[in-house]
Amino acid sequence: MDLTLRIWRQASAESKGQFVDYQVQNISADASFLEMLDILNESLVMKGEEPVAFDHDCREGICGACSLYINGRPHGPDRGITTCQMHMRNFKDGETIVIEPWRAKPFPVIKDLMVDRTAFDEIIQAGGFITVRTGGTLPDANALPIPRAAAEDAMDAASCIGCGACVAACKNASAMLFVAAKVSQFALLPQGRPEARERVQNMVAKMDELGFGNCTNTYACEAECPKEISVSHIARMNREFFGAKLSAPLKKE
Amino acid sequence: MSLAGLFLITFLVVHLTINILILFDDTRELFNQAAHFMLTNPLIQTFQWVLFAGFIIHIILGFVLQIQNWIARPMRYERKGFSETSYFSKFMIHTGVIVLIFLGLHFANFFFKVKFGPIEMIAYESGVYKDVGALVVALFKDIWYVIFYIISLLLLGFHLQHGFQSAFQSLGLNHKTYTPAIKLIGNIYSVLVTAGYLAIPIVIYFFK
Repeated sequence: MDLTLRIWRQASAESKGQFVDYQVQNISADASFLEMLDILNESLVMKGEEPVAFDHDCREGICGACSLYINGRPHGPDRGITTCQMHMRNFKDGETIVIEPWRAKPFPVIKDLMVDRTAFDEIIQAGGFITVRTGGTLPDANALPIPRAAAEDAMDAASCIGCGACVAACKNASAMLFVAAKVSQFALLPQGRPEARERVQNMVAKMDELGFGNCTNTYACEAECPKEISVSHIARMNREFFGAKLSAPLKKE
Repeated sequence: MSLAGLFLITFLVVHLTINILILFDDTRELFNQAAHFMLTNPLIQTFQWVLFAGFIIHIILGFVLQIQNWIARPMRYERKGFSETSYFSKFMIHTGVIVLIFLGLHFANFFFKVKFGPIEMIAYESGVYKDVGALVVALFKDIWYVIFYIISLLLLGFHLQHGFQSAFQSLGLNHKTYTPAIKLIGNIYSVLVTAGYLAIPIVIYFFK
């Protein structure tokens, strides 16, 4: 198939970007979206032009590196998959595909389609962990009996790969689904419970400080999440947050 | 935001209950009696300040949230997003602002006149009351006011359709069985309340 690609080009974080149109020919419907971009980039290199920069790593939907806002949707038109898992059969011959980077104040563009997602790491650093050292001398985590429903729910939340599609899809650029997934995966398990109150408050405070928008329950995040994480986790985070605000803080040594 | 919203949701039912009385008799006695009660009962008079606070909190928070959300995305997308969303959630600020303009007009045209303006008195067997009903009928005989009223109230209905269920999610209530029930009740509520409010100008304009 032959396609027109309308791609955001921006030389660096400081420079002003613009859209550039490219033509690609003879693309197989079985090619993945990133393979199609590889073909474009090869042709650009052959012509001595700068290739389009985009994030990618595992190319099997588990690392969270790939992004791309394709025709108005993060990770493109298919549901429950990342950009790297999407194939060109989702598009029609002759179609124009608009490819944009994630747009959010806390996700500044580094180059072309790559954005800096350090903001997510900062939220994790604010409390997305348990402070005891794991591994080595501690008993095996699987030795703790956990009700199956709680384990399943925690696992669903933990399937978040931190790609940022929720922020990209949200009309408010809110990171609530990401933060909620991280809060939930610990709140549901006994290892995470003792620090749950501090965790939710610190992570929410960091999220607000970084300049993410507010949640107005549009549920675009849930619709676009490649791991189909439910907004019920956002409700759980809200419950955790209110509960934490109303209860006494842990004693600091 | 959610608590103030839910508070206003209950207020709309009370307000509608009184409004609708005007359709039940041609002499407007029921409505004028209810208006008299609302204007004179000390409990209602005190509680109206709580109501004003509810409105002000909801409006101010609405603007603050929206401005923060605009700042969070300084660069818009070229291709508009069309993710599957709660549809009217995208337009809460727009529907909200129209309802706010309506509220301003409603205060100027009706609320202040009833409270402080000269209103003709009307005598029934049960007593002598301000003829608030006559003011309502006069307003709803003006086609432009009726059109504006209908548009505003329809938009309020859209605002409620999202707001009702959204408030519960914000308060942390999301449940396999209750959430679909809340969404259903929210839909029924917004249709019934909007239909109730809209029936009044339509009946008065065409049949009174």
